[in-house]
Amino acid sequence: MTTTDAFFWVFAAMVLLPGVMVVFSRNLLYAAFSLLFTLAGVAGLYALLGADFLAVTQVLVYIGGILVLILFGVMFTQKVYDLKAEAMSFKRRRAAVLGVLVFTALTAAILSVDWPQSTREMQPTSAPLGNLLLSEYLLPFEMISVLLLVVLIGAVVVGKKEVQE
Amino acid sequence: MTVGLQHYLILSAALAALGMIAMVSRRNAITILMGIELLLNAAAINFVAFSRYGPSGGAPQFGGQVFGIFVIVLAAAEAAIALAIIIAIYHHRSSINADELQSMQR
Repeated sequence: MTTTDAFFWVFAAMVLLPGVMVVFSRNLLYAAFSLLFTLAGVAGLYALLGADFLAVTQVLVYIGGILVLILFGVMFTQKVYDLKAEAMSFKRRRAAVLGVLVFTALTAAILSVDWPQSTREMQPTSAPLGNLLLSEYLLPFEMISVLLLVVLIGAVVVGKKEVQE
Repeated sequence: MTVGLQHYLILSAALAALGMIAMVSRRNAITILMGIELLLNAAAINFVAFSRYGPSGGAPQFGGQVFGIFVIVLAAAEAAIALAIIIAIYHHRSSINADELQSMQR
């Protein structure tokens, strides 16, 4: 087993074990903090796959932005004494069966295919990604910038308190 | 057994299944949002893994990583809007229990 493989298993455990916590933890704060480890593990997987820019973006945007937003939402909408309120409905068992079924079906499909085992060359990704975004993927890039503007305005409009009733 | 493409695919399948369980079984709207984040991450892992594996020594392909960036941006946009909606609902009803939010079903 090479070092890279060992790192893969470490990151896989770092993604899946806290992932289980996110799904089954009764305490919302624990779930949110478990999500931190899952997202960091995914960033590690990106680095293993040679996507250095994406790994850094994952840490910056997901952990630095989205996770902080989620934590803010958790603390904003839960009364402190209410933090351990049950967060799981009685549908839990059926949902677990559904999840196991989905996982089994996907795994069976994945294992039935002979995937390429060799890897492409690795190189720094920032420059080629920038070139792609401004040439081949220019249209989605522009659309996503419009979307971000819409989100910026929409979040303010939706989230603001009604002044007059 | 060396780690190959199928390991990444199975890992992301497991992550997607976890996200799906969270989306279906949780009551709190914020944990449903966390489940969606898990699903989006699983999809992004697939994109990046497919951009890495291919013919040996072949020219690098970055299309998958571009889509990884798009997934991250969309996740950020979705989280911002969803939390704004959740907080607006909380102002109105002092609860974000998704099972109680049924007023649009009638």
